Amino acid sequence: MQLEAMYQEVILDHYRNPRNKGLREPYGGEAHHVNPTCGDEVTLRVRLEGEGQDARVADVSYDAMGCSISQASASVMSELIIGSSVKEAMAVGDAFLALMQSRGQSEPDEDVLEDAVAFAGVSQYPARIKCALLAWMAWKDATARALGEAS
Amino acid sequence: MSLGERTVLLPEELRKDFPLLQRTVRGGRDLVYLDSGATSQKPLRVLDAERAFYERHNAAPHRGAHLLAEEATSEYEAARATIASFIGAVPGEIVFTKNTTEGINLVAYAMSNAATAGPESERFTVGPGDEIVVTEMEHHANLVPWQELCRRTGATLRWFGITDDGRLDLAELDSIINERTRLVALTHQSNVLGTVPPIDLIGARARAVGALVLLDAAQSVPHQPVDVTRLDVDFLAFSGHKMLGPTGIGVLWGRRELLEAMPPFLTGGSMIEVVRMEGTTFMPPPQRFEAGVPMTAQAIGLAAACDYLSEVGMDRVHAHEEALVAHSLERLGEIPGVRVIGPLSTDARGGAVSFTVEDIHPHDVGQVLDELGIAVRVGHHCAWPICRRFGIPATTRATFYLYNTLADVDALADGVRQAQKFFGTH
Repeated sequence: MQLEAMYQEVILDHYRNPRNKGLREPYGGEAHHVNPTCGDEVTLRVRLEGEGQDARVADVSYDAMGCSISQASASVMSELIIGSSVKEAMAVGDAFLALMQSRGQSEPDEDVLEDAVAFAGVSQYPARIKCALLAWMAWKDATARALGEAS
Repeated sequence: MSLGERTVLLPEELRKDFPLLQRTVRGGRDLVYLDSGATSQKPLRVLDAERAFYERHNAAPHRGAHLLAEEATSEYEAARATIASFIGAVPGEIVFTKNTTEGINLVAYAMSNAATAGPESERFTVGPGDEIVVTEMEHHANLVPWQELCRRTGATLRWFGITDDGRLDLAELDSIINERTRLVALTHQSNVLGTVPPIDLIGARARAVGALVLLDAAQSVPHQPVDVTRLDVDFLAFSGHKMLGPTGIGVLWGRRELLEAMPPFLTGGSMIEVVRMEGTTFMPPPQRFEAGVPMTAQAIGLAAACDYLSEVGMDRVHAHEEALVAHSLERLGEIPGVRVIGPLSTDARGGAVSFTVEDIHPHDVGQVLDELGIAVRVGHHCAWPICRRFGIPATTRATFYLYNTLADVDALADGVRQAQKFFGTH
């Protein structure tokens, strides 16, 4: 069965025990994203320390409602990017996006993506890719707001 | 399974008429297709009818004087007559649209166009102080066009809520439908809950205050006998692709005198009477509402679908589905953690069975089912307010048609148990 390929143990663990979940103060930017095809929602806050691309991601907090893939993805993402610079975190985000668009054809870089390599199986199910990307898109938006780039 | 259930079921042999049902999915599994509420599969006869038109008669109908144009016009209008008779209507009251959504938008835009269309259209005008009534169980297709009509015109949108058991809450019937109500738009069968609202009751109240009634029949015309002469309503919209027909064809039925007084929605070729640079006059209905070269092959395909359904018998289709719904309510009901969203009996209920599975998101339920070859719909099914009403993010939905079997229902129930096993919830 292919299910195990999609629902890796790492994903199920993050789904059942989400890390960094819950909205926290203070924060510099917040974004609310919705997957209109299924109704999944995430509200995500970012707190940065410093300015511009070198700013450090001091905290990512979120409240999310959705399937195991979208919930686990938010949790894995928060662990990956808290503590890194905005520039580094954006690069991880780009690598994750590339993995999701790979249709299972690319070999993910575990050094960059760490636990997020577990989502490789999801890329073979087009209907679920948006689930995995929902929190990442909210994070990009919230970060842009924290940097004052967009409203 | 009772003997009664067995006797009303349609013969499984008719599955052979549907080429797609013969294919396998996900590693060679038999397909269990439980998503006909989204779109139905097509019998060979429908595919053949479309192909035969393209191979023998293809031309643009209602224009041109050559032989093919004559044949295409004749085939197109014969299709209209067949489809009209399928719902007890006369051909002149059948307007071809792209789908249900377009049919409903046609009426909503005709109503806002009425403000500038002349005295004969006056009865369609709405503005501040007027009210449009919908229900909380509408598909977005029968909600958003009315929200938008109200936004454009300043009219007020009102709605009936849903009871805990998935019925319309009509306690406030006489105040929600009142002398300010201009139109009541409601579903003939909920695509999520399966609920069939009491159209007679609501229609009588609308009549009493002089309001028009529009039925979203996307889920009723494919699944139960519908006769517009027995329904006290003014408009009824449905889609071809949900009733064994092609995509790209739908029907708006309207009372002749209303269609005659209604201004057009889309304008252009075909729908005109006289065109001068200074202005244009329009054809009578239904041509007034069919601008551009129409979806001819699709209309012919839909007529073939109507013939197929008529030969099976719509009362038998309905009885077959009722047996499947009864079986699924029973099988799903006995699974711990499963909650059916909608009526728990088959009374005034169609073949949509929506449910939640405790501690497993519908997307994840659907993924496990898909792996087993079972195609269901997951999400809010284009009726988001229903999910909000029941405090749930989404549901898993099984919808049935004449080609489904009791074994399909059993596969669904077994699949739900497998999902629970996989995610370790029960």
